[in-house]
Amino acid sequence: MPELVLQLTRAGFLALLWIFVLFSLRVVRSDLYGAAGLRALVSGGGRTRGRSRVRAARQLLVTQGPLTGTRISLDSRPILIGRADDSTLVLDDDYASTRHARIAQQGDDWYVEDLGSTNGTYLDRAKVTAPTRVPLGVPVRIGKTVIELRS
Amino acid sequence: MISPDVVGSGGRAADPAPERAPALPTGRNIELVLLAFAAAIVTAALVLVEANQENELTRALLYVGAAYLGLFTVAHFAVRKLAPYADPVMLPCVALLNGLGLVMIHRLDLAAADRAVALGRAAPTVLIQRQVAWTAIGLVLFVGVLYLVRNHRTLARYGYTAGFAGLVLLALPGLLPSSISEVNGARIWLRLGIFSIQPGEFAKILLIVFFSVFLMQKRELFSEAGRTFLRMEFPRARDLAPLLIAWGLSVGVLVLERDLGTSLLFFGIVLVLLYTATNKVSWMVIGLSIFLAGGFVAYQLFGHVRTRVEIWLDPFADFNGAGYQLGQALFGLGTGGVGGTGLGAGRPDLVPYAESDFMFSSLGEELGLVGLAAILVVYLVLITRGLRTALAVRDSFGKLLATGLAFTLALQMFVVIGGVTRLIPLTGLTLPFLSYGGSSLVANYALVALLLRVSNAARAPLPHRPAAPQVPIAEAGTELVERPS
Repeated sequence: MPELVLQLTRAGFLALLWIFVLFSLRVVRSDLYGAAGLRALVSGGGRTRGRSRVRAARQLLVTQGPLTGTRISLDSRPILIGRADDSTLVLDDDYASTRHARIAQQGDDWYVEDLGSTNGTYLDRAKVTAPTRVPLGVPVRIGKTVIELRS
Repeated sequence: MISPDVVGSGGRAADPAPERAPALPTGRNIELVLLAFAAAIVTAALVLVEANQENELTRALLYVGAAYLGLFTVAHFAVRKLAPYADPVMLPCVALLNGLGLVMIHRLDLAAADRAVALGRAAPTVLIQRQVAWTAIGLVLFVGVLYLVRNHRTLARYGYTAGFAGLVLLALPGLLPSSISEVNGARIWLRLGIFSIQPGEFAKILLIVFFSVFLMQKRELFSEAGRTFLRMEFPRARDLAPLLIAWGLSVGVLVLERDLGTSLLFFGIVLVLLYTATNKVSWMVIGLSIFLAGGFVAYQLFGHVRTRVEIWLDPFADFNGAGYQLGQALFGLGTGGVGGTGLGAGRPDLVPYAESDFMFSSLGEELGLVGLAAILVVYLVLITRGLRTALAVRDSFGKLLATGLAFTLALQMFVVIGGVTRLIPLTGLTLPFLSYGGSSLVANYALVALLLRVSNAARAPLPHRPAAPQVPIAEAGTELVERPS
């Protein structure tokens, strides 16, 4: 093979490799903005930006317990918390019940409701007995896990 | 370039609930594009090798190329069907690495055949067809794992079974007579007639499953604070038992099987999973110190460990003897320089075992620093996607499992590349997906299938359930129910 062609193909192949790398990094980047790997994908899913209203909760963040740091982005569906395998947030905690609590949206607000758990659900320090509105940033304690709503 | 927001929904029918959220893009179409890109790169590499070796494009080449394309098309459609929300970047990265490995093995085959002709010897065994066959078996296992494990949490039920099976597989070659298990001094093989496997590669995955289950259930035990020293909380002495058992096992592997790599890998996995589960630095400190102590004792007692360290310190002291392999690999990397010699234009075949343990230096000679950096970034993307899956998944078994699997790839990569580039003493591990070697390839495909399974759970839309009104039992009205006849 002529020397010039060899040099060109050599450089061309390395360039090709790097284009692949950059392309895959681009795909990765599109995912990075949602911490749960979900938020970036749910664009156009009914955001209420631009309206002059109290800031709506967009995600649920675990602040204490084994799952600390886990984020779940909120859409209109309720979040189930408990030890059951099909819960949205699956706890492995002896102090949590199989179906412990539910956080659901009503209108613009989110309400936490205890599903008859053994050890109870606490909003800040008050025990939750009936569906209670959860303001942004107020801790909800379930067993050893503490969660908060964030905008 | 294609915006990820546009493509990917794929138009597949999901649950027909009327008020469901807008369809999440699955990323499957991006995966297809990336896979096609990987296939194009691999084809280009193959053509370059043939051109530089002044060969005509033969029919055997067509067979290899078609097999590669066919296999990954099947794998892609299996992912589409079985794990539609899985991470879109992992499979293309794996495909590219595996493809580059195949090309390099083919290139070393050509060199070996040339040399045999020049020396008038019989033609050496052709490795490429075997490796393509192993790739096929690996992808069958990949699809099989995706098919059988529909939800990674079901694996948690088999934790102790997996642990037992893993232990047996890990210990088996060390306990069998060396006529069955010994190849080149390391007793890590099971030679079963026509083919041989390294059970340790499979044991590694089973043990990760076991430790994830174990730590998920016993996490509290390990977070129990003992006394504080140097601003670190050290665990109580009695909680150290599992770590000491793991340490004893890995030393046992080192002694009985004479394999530094597997021993290091196994201990590293236990340590990182413990750290991930408890978030305590003290575990790392304790683990690393007892590992260093064990390594020091092994260095004093065993000749093969000492030889490895001596080669590492100065490969040129005994260049024509023990240091030949590493010395030649370093010369190869030096010859490659920044830009490499071009695929098929170097002499990577001068290094013994260039296709397995020294795959990295072979690639380095022909692709140079620029090419090696690209390969390292591809590995990095694969590993970070695995760790990211661990962050995003919403149950702690999944978190530990994904961390363990991704970290295994990282550690294996570090140990091999560190060994070849003389950063750490050389061990006998293979580079995941790139090196020649059936067991490693097949096991790593199973590993990636599990990672994709977990990432599917992490990225899939939240399960939709109709909010059934729950009336507290005290307030429920009396109902008349019909007696079942």
